Amino acid sequence: MQGGKLEFDDIQHILLTRAPAITGRYEFLSFRNAAGGRAWLSAILEKVHSAAAVRASVGKDKRWVSVAFTWNGLRALGVDDTSLATFPEEFKQGMVARAEILGDSGANHPKNWVDNTASPDLHAIVILFAKDPTERGRCQSEHKKLIAHCEGVEVLSTLDLEAVPPLAYPHDHFGYRDRLSEPAIEGSGDEPRPGFGGSVKAGEFILGYPDEEGSIPPLPRPEVLSRNGSYMAYRRLQEHVGAFRDFLRQHGETPEQQELVAAKLMGRWRSGAPLVLAPHKDDPELGADMQRTNNFNYKEMDPHGYAVPLGAHIRRMNPRDTAANMNRRRMIRRGAPYGPHLPEGTPEDGKERGIAAFVICASLVRQFEFAQNVWINDKNFHELGNERDPIIGNQDGTLEYKIPMRPIRKKITGLPAFTTLRGGAYFFLPGLKALRYLASLGTPR
Amino acid sequence: MSDTPKQHDWTKPAAMAIPKGGFFADKVEQGRYGPIFPKTPACYGFTIIAKIKPGSEETVRSYGKKIEETIAGLPEALEVLQLHYLRWVLFDINKETYFMYQGIFDTDFDKYTEDAVALFSKYGINTVFENLEGFPEDWKTNAPAFVKFVREHQCPSFLEYGEYPYVSAREIKKALKLKAAFSDALDQMQ
Repeated sequence: MQGGKLEFDDIQHILLTRAPAITGRYEFLSFRNAAGGRAWLSAILEKVHSAAAVRASVGKDKRWVSVAFTWNGLRALGVDDTSLATFPEEFKQGMVARAEILGDSGANHPKNWVDNTASPDLHAIVILFAKDPTERGRCQSEHKKLIAHCEGVEVLSTLDLEAVPPLAYPHDHFGYRDRLSEPAIEGSGDEPRPGFGGSVKAGEFILGYPDEEGSIPPLPRPEVLSRNGSYMAYRRLQEHVGAFRDFLRQHGETPEQQELVAAKLMGRWRSGAPLVLAPHKDDPELGADMQRTNNFNYKEMDPHGYAVPLGAHIRRMNPRDTAANMNRRRMIRRGAPYGPHLPEGTPEDGKERGIAAFVICASLVRQFEFAQNVWINDKNFHELGNERDPIIGNQDGTLEYKIPMRPIRKKITGLPAFTTLRGGAYFFLPGLKALRYLASLGTPR
Repeated sequence: MSDTPKQHDWTKPAAMAIPKGGFFADKVEQGRYGPIFPKTPACYGFTIIAKIKPGSEETVRSYGKKIEETIAGLPEALEVLQLHYLRWVLFDINKETYFMYQGIFDTDFDKYTEDAVALFSKYGINTVFENLEGFPEDWKTNAPAFVKFVREHQCPSFLEYGEYPYVSAREIKKALKLKAAFSDALDQMQ
């Protein structure tokens, strides 16, 4: 079957739904032998929810599980060379080999990663989102038992996730409201919010459906393996909260001025209110209003960047009407913060905290890698000359950040790094049928 | 990531000799689809030379008029490519006809490859490419195959020169706009 309606009962839930979790855990696995890996997969796939299942029972569920594999992982499970060769080049190479393209150099280089995700032995990730810490603990010990029964399955590393308080709204450790920009997928039932330029064809995110070109691009073979699957770029991004707050104090005398500096880096107030619509004063109500918080453009409303500086994070990650073919660059973001909360007024404690996120898309090279290479790390984006994304760009202290103001712009030189990449990988997120196919490899059919 | 050259002095004409193969071995930068050709005093650009399918010369040539009309009606049609100049040339070698596509632009081609493919498709520039021997049939949905064709037919320069080196088309337009605004302001003060 080609194209057609979205197969909600086959698509992993993480692609289409956001679980109401406040905690979770990632486990990174290696399969020392194929049989052990398949035994593990056979057992865990019963726990993996489809989008349909999560939609039907989200009020009752307490945990949500997803699994995905690296290219080496597919091989370790026994996928044959003919099939492996049909996967896209960048996925075969993996995130480590693509470091230069992604801008992962210096402190962000894979040799400095802390979680073994740079290892060629990384084969799979299991993503757990849980309603509360008790449920996470229960799932963690269940999974430990399962792994003990599967010969050759090894845990390379784990990461516990924690929502940052206050829990009333999602935000990162810097305090910026999160989850404001989510594309609506055509046929998913989600309505596009004002300012998003309509819904996006499913093929931009899910393999086996027409994309914005109007056709189904070439897919990995066999079809049972690729259909309803997607690619995920994993990024573990440490946030240097102490350095960030020091920076705000250094560049703003009053709390109001400091808030404005934070807003100018992001393009939104920390409440989520966009500077295009609220240029001088924060408007938390606007920030929280999903019908209004994205309803703006740049070409007419802020061409010179007097509200949102040309190099601000949201202007780079979604240039809206100032970029061509925006719908071919859309991405779905999932994930959660990790590490302990650093309350305001508390000095930096040196503990690692940040965001461990997934970027989900149908083409890593066209969507995720484009965003990294052009939007985030091109020093000359919008002819800025000597800048990168102030929040997630590769900053080594030599670059600047320009804030257009009348009569004369403010130029910050020697912008410090507020984030550091501590781990990452490319995964393939198969559909449920594909998971069963992988689990059954090597058994006579 | 392009390492934008530090502020170049546009008043000082510059020339750059380029090694055989088109790259400086000690500083080849990797793009998403392969190594990126270096920026020179004449900005970025490419010179693609490919044989056309026998008998398609008139089809290719007629496309000149079509592009002229497209741009007349829609001046911003090719804006995405950040072009300075395009030169399309047809020439014969041993009774076979070749097409040369020479473009000078301000961004390395790797960055906006997919946008270029989409644009070519939108304005029918594909008609020209599809008359070239070896052009991938599935190019519309297969950007990597398109890029491979372009790279295989790229003939890198061994010398490039700029009278006003490294200046982008946008900067030139900005300067001209400023000049116009300034003389307008002076007029107003008379």
